[in-house]
Amino acid sequence: MDLLLDGFATALTPENLLFATIGVLLGTAVGVLPGIGPAMTLALLLPVTYSVGADSAIIMFAGIYYGGMYGGSTTSILLNTPGESSSVITAIEGNKMAKAGRAAQALATAAIGSFVAGTIATVLLWIVTPQVADIVVTLGSPSYFALMVLALFAVTAVLGSSRLRGFIALFLGLAVGLVGTSTGQARLTFGEPLLADGIDIVVVAVALFAIGEALWVAAHMRRKPLEIIPVGQPWMSKEDWKRSWKPWLRGTAFGFPFGALPAGGAELPTFLSYATEKKLTKHPEEFGHGAIEGVAGPEAANNASAAGTLVPLLALGLPTTATAAIMLVALQGYGFQTGPTLMDDHPDLVWALLASLFVANTLLLIINLPMAPIWAKLLRIPRPYLYAGILFFASLGAYSVNFQAFDLALLLVLGVLGFFMRRFGIPVLPLIIGVILGPALEEQLTTALKISEGDVSTLWSEPVAVVVYAVMALLLVAMAVTGVRKPAAEEPSLSDTPGNNDDKELVER
Amino acid sequence: MSATNPLAPTCVVAAYSADVYGRAAIEYAEAVARASGARLVIVNATRGDSLVDARFAHDVDIEALRERLVGEGLAVEVRHDVVPDVAEAVVAAAEEVDADLVVVGVRRRTPVGKLLMGSVAQRVILDAHCPVIAVKPAS
Repeated sequence: MDLLLDGFATALTPENLLFATIGVLLGTAVGVLPGIGPAMTLALLLPVTYSVGADSAIIMFAGIYYGGMYGGSTTSILLNTPGESSSVITAIEGNKMAKAGRAAQALATAAIGSFVAGTIATVLLWIVTPQVADIVVTLGSPSYFALMVLALFAVTAVLGSSRLRGFIALFLGLAVGLVGTSTGQARLTFGEPLLADGIDIVVVAVALFAIGEALWVAAHMRRKPLEIIPVGQPWMSKEDWKRSWKPWLRGTAFGFPFGALPAGGAELPTFLSYATEKKLTKHPEEFGHGAIEGVAGPEAANNASAAGTLVPLLALGLPTTATAAIMLVALQGYGFQTGPTLMDDHPDLVWALLASLFVANTLLLIINLPMAPIWAKLLRIPRPYLYAGILFFASLGAYSVNFQAFDLALLLVLGVLGFFMRRFGIPVLPLIIGVILGPALEEQLTTALKISEGDVSTLWSEPVAVVVYAVMALLLVAMAVTGVRKPAAEEPSLSDTPGNNDDKELVER
Repeated sequence: MSATNPLAPTCVVAAYSADVYGRAAIEYAEAVARASGARLVIVNATRGDSLVDARFAHDVDIEALRERLVGEGLAVEVRHDVVPDVAEAVVAAAEEVDADLVVVGVRRRTPVGKLLMGSVAQRVILDAHCPVIAVKPAS
């Protein structure tokens, strides 16, 4: 409790409050703009961490993370173009509500629901994270190795619609993670001394998120503008409140546990929340025509799951979303040892982050309710200006890592890779997580094998490891069974076929 | 440039944007077409480089406008396109349909505003090959 109060003391200093405000404003802005998400923003802002204190940078990043979630719902509702994958479900009912002239209520239930869910989830985070960390600290390398394998497996195979594409991305990521001489011998360096230190994750992240996206937009420059629904100040009637509060709570209950699992992801809980509300509603006739429950539930679920993903991040050092992955990179950039010991070694930083989530959430509600119409104006920015700025910061960021021009060449090569991944619907998330977790995975494996003096059976010598492998086996079996029963499910879904990607502006957060 | 009667044009192009200036242009062009029996060509274009362009009319609105004008018995053609350059699209359309009058809506601009922002109306006025009428919305 003292730690929490200390955290608030840190988060509420004028300087950090300013960084939190910048964070939520920036986060909402990038959330509103489809194609630019919090992950890209964080990647572009990583150089900032060189000159700003660790607590301020992390607080700003937390603000961006939460803000992105708010902004995404605005675009979903007003434009029917979800800014990010977690807002897809919101768009279904939200846009219908807006078309029926209830945009203000849809935005209000999304914003207030996000606040309620974010607050509850943040409190849960305060309770759960230290306990998980206490348990995880006692685990040995074999268990830790198993958990990482599970996270990689889950992010690749469970999330996303195409397993093949997921694994392509994962192996690309693991391959990029191999480059360098960290093990003593040179791997995949092609005799190039500049590659000896490995490819910096900042370059990879900036290239995939910023350069890949910019190239994609450049290739699809002129498109018919979307028809936006004008909106005033968001507000809700008593009836709307009555219909919203239960979905908010149920959405939170779905979102947090899913986020907290090492599998992560907001797609599943938002979808489950939507299905539940559809079943429980007293107004089934409204579903499909703009039911407020269908906005309230999923919006609460995606914010709760965003908070939930911080549990594996802080307690295990396992990122399960792209944004969490970049936050991990930032922490490592400050020289912190991420993993189960983070909470013991740097309680001040972790609790400042946890407290600032609460602050960011409150700021978002205060700032965003009155400002919804202004955010919608951001969508009018001509893309050439926007992406010129993004490319500038991307190049600056990549160059400032090592101050060598070689990184810019790498940036371009990986950016082109990002473009083609986008073209063929290959998800970015497994790649990023692969680059980050690959080396860590290898380290745990080496440690485990060193202790056991090369005996491979050590990998399943700990109960936790056995349970994790059992869970993975179950998931595999379940996937195989559903695959056999419904071969049609193997077909790429509509939203995933390259031909349809023109309309797809989703980013992974 | 053909020497037609300036008071009885045969084809009028209206540069339309979905705001008061565009509506002022349409109203004037409509009146001219009604009085002279001229063909009316409405151009509503966008560069399509931003996600939302408030001056690009929604499909339903443009259809409603067309139906209203057709209902009044006017010969109407609507061009609703994504183009590289809006002013150029208007000028090109005027040339293509051999228009003898273009109507644009203009707004009051401060000297600084003129300096900073290029005006579509201004470029239409300068580049068009036929007379251009610039109208202002009733304030």
